[in-house]
Amino acid sequence: MALRLDIRKTLRAGAQEFELAAAFEAQGRSIVLFGPSGSGKTLTLRAVAGLMAPDAGRIDLDGRSLFDSVNGVDVPARQRGVGLMFQDYALFPHLSVAQNVGFGLGVGLFGRLDLAARNRVGELLDLAGLAHLADARPGRLSGGQRQRVALLRALARSPRALLLDEPFSALDPLLRARMRREVRAMCQAVDTPTMLVTHDPEDLAEFGGTVVLYDEGRVRRMETFADGPEGGVAASGLVLGEHFSAYG
Amino acid sequence: MTELLLQALVPLALTLKVALTATAGACALGVGAGFALSRRGLPGRELLDAICALPLVLPPTVIGYYLLVLFGRRGWLGQWLQESFGVSLVFTWQGAALAACVVAFPLVCKAARTAFEGVDENLEHAARSLGATECAVFLRVSLPLAWRGVLSGTMLALARAMGEFGATLMLAGNLPGRTQTLSLAVYDAAQAGRDNEALFLVVLTSLVCISLLLASGKFLKALPAT
Repeated sequence: MALRLDIRKTLRAGAQEFELAAAFEAQGRSIVLFGPSGSGKTLTLRAVAGLMAPDAGRIDLDGRSLFDSVNGVDVPARQRGVGLMFQDYALFPHLSVAQNVGFGLGVGLFGRLDLAARNRVGELLDLAGLAHLADARPGRLSGGQRQRVALLRALARSPRALLLDEPFSALDPLLRARMRREVRAMCQAVDTPTMLVTHDPEDLAEFGGTVVLYDEGRVRRMETFADGPEGGVAASGLVLGEHFSAYG
Repeated sequence: MTELLLQALVPLALTLKVALTATAGACALGVGAGFALSRRGLPGRELLDAICALPLVLPPTVIGYYLLVLFGRRGWLGQWLQESFGVSLVFTWQGAALAACVVAFPLVCKAARTAFEGVDENLEHAARSLGATECAVFLRVSLPLAWRGVLSGTMLALARAMGEFGATLMLAGNLPGRTQTLSLAVYDAAQAGRDNEALFLVVLTSLVCISLLLASGKFLKALPAT
């Protein structure tokens, strides 16, 4: 994934104002936006996904312009070709696990699944060991199972990149370590690069790659490490060092 | 007794026809308006919401008068309907249904707005990122998650349409066999001193309404939880 981004966005809530002015250029299999909550990293992810239009600026993904305020480009979210995994998974509660996974493969207004799409859903469910839950509603699943479903749903359409928004923060600590490995392994298996938003150094330690440090709506620093845990450990060392130099 | 019953069948059938037509219309319009009003980006949202709630607050006779001004033989829309389609709503059961529809509309609209606002925005976002058009997001995510609320609003609308009196009287008049619904028939019988008939109609109306409420309650309960 090659992401070039330069955006500005001002949010107002009453007398409070938050200004995001982020610019960076990153390449690789793994990009991690790291920073404290409220630093603008999730806002950046939403801008890339097309869920939030910046006030000004531009976003290019793999050489394709997704947003450009000067030329009036704003590709709708449905055409951006990126997968999205939400913090709370955002599974459709009225649909079964299989219907959730196949949601993006359906055609027409009602999302009918053809044979190829149904087979693809079956393969994905097998791959994640969820075949026995195909007809269950998300409400009956455990946290880890929900995350797997959300991951499969996002990957089903073979997206250009997978955007992950604080994906592990809702899990209990033991499951968290396992899901980190599992999600990364799955993305590697289907050859999909990731952009991860997190405030947890341990997430960073697992994913590695290019780290973009956010603080108060600005990109404070950017550093590239090896992908995966090899580079991740050094990357998490960097952010901890930044933290101590800022507050120590 | 049998004679009273036979006499009452005409306004009863008419009432059901008018109320069901009005509810169908109110449901379609209310879902559309309620969905639009639930979108945060809609300009002038609160003003539009107030306008949609107006039929709830205005006396039915006032609504009836507005409708008469609009759809009367010399009204803007009435004249156009007459000239282009040869249709007039005044003194017809369709006019009665229109009046009941306008009065029942806010009940669906309010319930639908609340229900659509209760749908997690992230679910709609997720659908968009999975390639769904806005229409598909509505049909596959928003509506299925909001339809319980929509349905309970529709039940209220049906109840309201059954009992509609004032606006119907203004627009459709009180013509036995054509526009005289149960509520109008009761008024007519009481005014003319036909006490037996009035009492019979009152009891009949009450029974019909109680059965409808029981049936709709059962129906709502039998629905699968989402």
